[in-house]
Amino acid sequence: MDRIPILKMGPFLLVTIQVDLYDRLALNLENDLITMVSKTEAKGVLIDISAVSIVDSFMGRILGNIASMSRIMDAETVVVGMQPAVAITLVELGLTLQGVHTALNVEKGMELLQNKIGLNLLNQEEYQEPADDTDL
Amino acid sequence: MIQISKDSMPILREQDVVPFRNRVRELATKIGMSLVNQTKLITAASELVRNMLKYANGGKVLLELISRNGQTGVRLTFEDQGPGIKDIDLAMKDGFSTGKSLGLGLPGTKRLVNEFSIKSVPGEGTTVTITHWKNGR
Ligand SMILES: Nc1ncnc2c1ncn2[C@@H]1O[C@H](COP(=O)(O)OP(=O)(O)OP(=O)(O)O)[C@@H](O)[C@H]1O
Ligand SMILES: [Mg+2]
Repeated sequence: MDRIPILKMGPFLLVTIQVDLYDRLALNLENDLITMVSKTEAKGVLIDISAVSIVDSFMGRILGNIASMSRIMDAETVVVGMQPAVAITLVELGLTLQGVHTALNVEKGMELLQNKIGLNLLNQEEYQEPADDTDL
Repeated sequence: MIQISKDSMPILREQDVVPFRNRVRELATKIGMSLVNQTKLITAASELVRNMLKYANGGKVLLELISRNGQTGVRLTFEDQGPGIKDIDLAMKDGFSTGKSLGLGLPGTKRLVNEFSIKSVPGEGTTVTITHWKNGR
């Protein structure tokens, strides 16, 4: 089947991408995630790309779309585990993952999401970015 | 310049992209290219096949291992018989896209690899050649 499993963990959704995505799979994931966010009212989406060796502009756009659609539904997106070679390449390519937060690993990503949710609940107006949040 | 090996792959459908990328990785690994340089080369190659599929309905890629001045490298030539590009200078600018996209493919590719050249004749097609050396210089 052309689908990547999405795991629900409390208020978050976790997706682990194990293979280099081809287009169909990436587009399905985008649709499935959006549907799941709206159905489960998840507050955060974690996408683990530590097994992904190539992120081109197509894949980057998919990640960006997921983040902006999720945000409309009040959920934050964190991409975790990006390989250093991939990060270096993305910078040179000129691709900024707008609206996508990044973290070193799933644990750090969870922390980031928890902070964000806490902050969102505490104060919608004086929203602040936590210090360890690195937008690429 | 010496040609060490030569191979070609048709790119006709989106399903051809991943096997093509794997083929490029094999070549880069064969000459001992570092991971970062492999990643740059494959990402550039991925952008160019996507353009070929999106704007020209596909084409073919020539994959070569070459050696020049004692350096080995991978040279890829992307050839299509699509509509061609009217204004190459414009197409090479960050942010220019006729496909409602980011317009990063061509200029980004140029930044990622050591050598880049593009030829295009409107109505006939487009040929892009990139070379990346083993040590990335
Ligand atoms: N093989 C090709 N045949 C015809 N036109 C092309 C080809 N490759 C690129 N172009 C033209 O050049 C423009 C710029 O290409 P480039 O790859 O930089 O951006 P893009 O494909 O539009 O967006 P992105 O790559 O960021 O998704 C394209 O919008 C298209 O008009
Ligand atoms: Mg492109």
